[in-house]
Amino acid sequence: MLIKTPKTSEFTDSHVTDENIYLNRRHLLKQLGYIGAGTLLASASQSAKADWFSKKQESFTTTPLKYSESEMPDTQTLTPEAKVISHNNFYEFGTNKSDPIENSQHFKVDPWQLRIEGECEKPMTLDYDDLYRQFPLEERIYRLRCVEAWSMVIPWVGFSLRDLLAKVKPTSKAKYVAFETLYDPKQMPGQASRRIGGGIDYPYVEGLRIDEAQHPLTLLSVGLYGKTLPPQNGAPIRLVVPWKYGFKSIKSIVKIKLIERMPPTTWNILAPHEYGFYANVNPTVAHPRWSQASERRITTGGLFARNRIETQMFNGYGEEVASLYKGLDLKANF
Amino acid sequence: MFKTFVKQQQVLLLKLLIHGLSLYFLVSTFYLAVIDQLGGDPVEALLHFTGMGALNLLLLTLLVSPVAKHFKWAKVMQVRRLLGLYGFFYALVHVTSFLAFEVQFDWPLFVEEIIKRPYITVGMTAFAILIALAITSISRIRRRMGKSWQTLHNYSYVALLLAGVHFYWSVKSDIVEPLIYLVVSIVILALRKDKIKRWLVANN
Repeated sequence: MLIKTPKTSEFTDSHVTDENIYLNRRHLLKQLGYIGAGTLLASASQSAKADWFSKKQESFTTTPLKYSESEMPDTQTLTPEAKVISHNNFYEFGTNKSDPIENSQHFKVDPWQLRIEGECEKPMTLDYDDLYRQFPLEERIYRLRCVEAWSMVIPWVGFSLRDLLAKVKPTSKAKYVAFETLYDPKQMPGQASRRIGGGIDYPYVEGLRIDEAQHPLTLLSVGLYGKTLPPQNGAPIRLVVPWKYGFKSIKSIVKIKLIERMPPTTWNILAPHEYGFYANVNPTVAHPRWSQASERRITTGGLFARNRIETQMFNGYGEEVASLYKGLDLKANF
Repeated sequence: MFKTFVKQQQVLLLKLLIHGLSLYFLVSTFYLAVIDQLGGDPVEALLHFTGMGALNLLLLTLLVSPVAKHFKWAKVMQVRRLLGLYGFFYALVHVTSFLAFEVQFDWPLFVEEIIKRPYITVGMTAFAILIALAITSISRIRRRMGKSWQTLHNYSYVALLLAGVHFYWSVKSDIVEPLIYLVVSIVILALRKDKIKRWLVANN
C-alpha cells in the first residue's frame, strides 16, 4: 500500500480552497446531500410506470431550519429522505403511496393560519412565520409505525405540543384535544373527488386525550431532515405521536381545539371495528385483516432487504408512555 | 403483402405480443424493485403490480371466447391458454413475493395469515384453483380428462370472482377500483349466463 506523507511545505486542502467555502464546508456538504437525495427521488419517480407520460414538474421548495440537534439520537438506521418524502399516506392527495408527492407540489403553505381554541383561557392564532419562531425548534428522531405494518425512522424538526398548550392555558374542562386538517378541495384533489380521496369524509380529524397531548414526546413537526416539511409530509405543520399508529399523526393542521368530550376521528368513523380512538402500537392486538406482531422497516436495499422486525409495545416508547394507560384495557380500547 | 402476412400469421403475432408485454412488464418491474427504484417500498409496489397483472390477465383470458363469438374470429381462441397461463404465472409471482419479500419466509406467519385473514384466504383459494387449471392445461392431460376438463375449467369464473373479492377486501378505503373490477367480472359472467345456468342445473 502506498502511504503518502505530506511535507509541511505542501498545500493542504484548506490552503487551496476559498476560505468562505472552506469555512462553510459542512453546510455545503449538507446541501450536496440534499441535491443528491433530490436526484435519487427524481429517478425514483421517473421509473414509476404511472409517470411515463406525465411531464416533469417543479417541486415544492423547502428551506433549511435552525434547530437544536437531537439529544437522544435513535441508534436505528434512518429511512433515507428520498423515501420519507415519496412514500406517503395522505389521501387528500390520492390513495397510492406515490400520489402525494405527485399531486401536492403546488400546495400553498404561506399564508397559513393555525387556530388554537376551545376550553382555554388564551386562544390564539399562529401565522406561517409563527410556526417557526414562537417556539425553539429541536430535532427528534422518531420511529413511525404505520397501521399497515411498515415503519420508518425519521428525523423530525419541531416543538412539543405541550409548550403550545401551556401558552393557551387549558381550563379544567379541557379533557381532550381535537385536530383538523385544512379543507381546500381546490388544492387537495382527494377532497374534491371521493374516488381520488378514498371515500373519506373530509376534513380529516384526529384527537388525543389531554394527558397524551401534554406528553413531552408528542411533537408538532414543522420540518424533517433539517428543512421545512414538504407538502406530502403534512406541510407546514403536523402532529407526530410516535407510540401510536401513523394515522393519528394528522397533517397540515389548521385547527386545534380543546374540548370536554372524546372527539370523532376520521379512520374510526370510517371503520370503527378496525381503527380505535387510541390506536396505540400494540403487537398483541391484530388488525382484523392483518397481524400487527411484526413490521417491515423501510430503509434501503430494495427487494432483497431483510427488513422484517418485531413490533414493540407502544412502538418501543413504553418506558415513557405506558403509565398513561394504567388500568385501561388496551384490547378493548385499541 | 404485409396485410396477407398479418392475416395468415395473426395468431402468431398475437402470441408474440402476449409473451413480449407480459414478460417485459414483469421483468422491468422486478428489476426496478431489486435496485430499489420502485417507489418508497418496492415490496408493496411489486405485490400490487403482480396482483393487478394476474387479475387483468384473467379478465382478458375470459374475454377471448366472447370476442371469438362476436367477431366470428375462431382462431383467436388459440391464444386463450397462453393468456391464462400468464395470469397464473403473475399470480404465482404474487404469492411467492408475499412469502419471500413481505413475510420473508416466516412460515408460521405465512400460514397464520392465510388461515386467519379472510382476504388472504380468499386470494389463496383463487390461486389454488389457478394451479389446478394451469396443470390441466397440458394437452395430454386435457385429452385424458375428456368432459371433466370443461367442468374443472369452469372454475375459472369462481377464481375471477374470488380474486376480485380479494382485491376489494385488501384495500383500506379506496373501494372504487376494486368495485369496477367486480362489475366487469360480473358482466363477463353475464355473457355466459346460459352456460352457467346449464352448469348449475347439471350439478344439482
